[in-house]
Amino acid sequence: MNFDNSHEAKEGANEKGTPLGVLYLGICERERTYWQTILLSSPKLGLDVHVDQLQSLPQATTMAESICRALRDGALEGEHAPALTIKDSIDAPLGFDVFAHVLAQLSSHILAGKSQSRGLVLVAFTRSPSFYVDLLKERGLEVNSSRKWIQILDCYSDPHGWKDRIMGQGKVDDATKEASGVSRLCKDVKDMDKLCSLAIELGKDLLGEGKGRFSFALDSVNEMLRYASVHSVARVLSDLRSHDLASCVFWLLHSDLLEDKVAAVFDYMSSMVASLESAIPASNGLRISLENLSLTEQNFRRAKFSVRFKRRNGRVRLMSEEVSIERSGITFSSVSTDGGTMGGSLLPKVQFNLQLSEKEQMDRAKVVLPFEHQGNGEPIEIYDGRRSLADKNNEAAGTMQMKDSSKGEIIYLRDSDDEMPDSDEDPDDDLDI
Amino acid sequence: MDNLLDRALGLDGRGDRWPLLGKVVLVEDCVETGGAFVVHHIIKRFLSPQPAAASNHSLILVAFSQPLSHYDRVLRKLGCNLVAQRDNDRFLFFDMLNLRFPDRDDVKTGSSVLVSLFEKIYNAVRALSAEKNCITIVIDDIALMEVVANGSSDSVLDFLHYCRTLTSEFDCSVVALNHGDIYSTTEKPMLMLNLEYLSSILVRAEPLATGSAVDVHGQLMVFNKGEHDRQGTPGSKVHNFHFRVKENSVDFFYPGGRG
Repeated sequence: MNFDNSHEAKEGANEKGTPLGVLYLGICERERTYWQTILLSSPKLGLDVHVDQLQSLPQATTMAESICRALRDGALEGEHAPALTIKDSIDAPLGFDVFAHVLAQLSSHILAGKSQSRGLVLVAFTRSPSFYVDLLKERGLEVNSSRKWIQILDCYSDPHGWKDRIMGQGKVDDATKEASGVSRLCKDVKDMDKLCSLAIELGKDLLGEGKGRFSFALDSVNEMLRYASVHSVARVLSDLRSHDLASCVFWLLHSDLLEDKVAAVFDYMSSMVASLESAIPASNGLRISLENLSLTEQNFRRAKFSVRFKRRNGRVRLMSEEVSIERSGITFSSVSTDGGTMGGSLLPKVQFNLQLSEKEQMDRAKVVLPFEHQGNGEPIEIYDGRRSLADKNNEAAGTMQMKDSSKGEIIYLRDSDDEMPDSDEDPDDDLDI
Repeated sequence: MDNLLDRALGLDGRGDRWPLLGKVVLVEDCVETGGAFVVHHIIKRFLSPQPAAASNHSLILVAFSQPLSHYDRVLRKLGCNLVAQRDNDRFLFFDMLNLRFPDRDDVKTGSSVLVSLFEKIYNAVRALSAEKNCITIVIDDIALMEVVANGSSDSVLDFLHYCRTLTSEFDCSVVALNHGDIYSTTEKPMLMLNLEYLSSILVRAEPLATGSAVDVHGQLMVFNKGEHDRQGTPGSKVHNFHFRVKENSVDFFYPGGRG
């Protein structure tokens, strides 16, 4: 038996060392490990088990992945760039961890050339450029690669030009050698217009002569609001978002430092809002009593992660997950049942059963959908938003074949794993006519 | 000997490196339970490091609330001679009580006081770091700094932001004392929340929930955020313990551990 990531059953002679057949199991990571264990530990089956080229299959997508995917896919022609607000509060102070995660994900997409944007402009208010350079480096992303892909607008080191006045013009340089190549100092952050044009200028530098778009990341809207009025900050964000060359924008804000109406302004401007709330509803934030000491400690590691996706047609999708910070990094998981799922809590209490039981769900999964491509000797692809070059070549070959045969067929490719096969989402929602 | 406070602050390691380097420590207290002893404790630990080899520690004390003689008396009882340290250029004292700036005639008000204060600190830090010194800046206290800045919390935050940039630029540590209860009536205590976001370690001194006691003077909560810093320090930790301030020392113990 041979696990392979190809989907075709190959004919093979039954000789030792030659695969009899290739079995492809379209299963998630956890199940794959399970099957691997079963097969490897079953000598009774009398199978010669080769496990080669095991590749990670797409896991069930988390909301964090959906967010990163939306940012990666970028803006549609004639629409604003997607914008993400990451909100946290002192009760659940994990906003920066989520921000760093999104930043790293988008950066790796940019580096791999998978994203719409070809570069990233990071406006840093609360951390130094060298901090970000180290952060990206820890995740294996080289900032000084041959292709320039990131620029940091340093609003952290000398936001009011105090150091500049002490040291004399142009001598302030917090950035380490590594960071200095990718950062530009901003010495008057109160001037929001200048800040905005500097950010755009940096983005254009990244593109150089080439075509394409770039993304913006702002690590603290609160700091901006300390320096300027709500409307000028809102204008900056709006300008960045609606810029012709902007692919996506995301920013972090601490909601408890803002009045509700101000927080709402930024919610309106974003197509996605990811808010972090305390997993344990503590009454008074850090002001805690002895009884919930360990619970409060949990608040530094775990939080409820609710995301609101606002689609172009005005449809709003609410989802909730749990985020936890572990030694190995940040993980997103579906809300544990004891906490109550978001969907469950939204449903009204009715006498009949609106949810499917586990068995029903399994039965439903077994139903062969008439319109879905069942992979008759051909690979099943899950369309992930864009196609690789190899796919395009295959496609070209496919059309050649199609010309030969007089028959035509419609193959439905599911958008991704997070979309249910018979979901009521409009599959043509992002169709651009 | 290490005590619970040392352990909570991460000072119990035996490394040569001062564990609070690059960190901002915020001490929050209230009228019933003063937190100044925590600041004194950190000053003492910093100026008398356990491995005596690490003698390149320099402290900058920005005092808005007490004169030098006060700190000298308190620290002397803890076994640390500030005047001797000052003579060795390991202790710098900025007396902000009477705003005794050299350019006193030119009256400065509000935020410009803080700008020129930062200039002094920045110059001092640059000079000290040129000698490869390990620097801690202590600010006592933020509430009075706000008074000096004519009540402008934005100027205070700007000043503290600049102090924080020194933690990344020169690997300094910053220790600041603030009073929590003076903001308790404000609906959203912006300054305090901002400071809590800014700090990497928050120490809160509170009275006992069960009322006052003769042999327990209050409790300390230490929130060590353990941000993913350059050392890759893992997760955050919350500590809670009681304390008793004695003449020459402070006892720390777990609730019910003594008394």
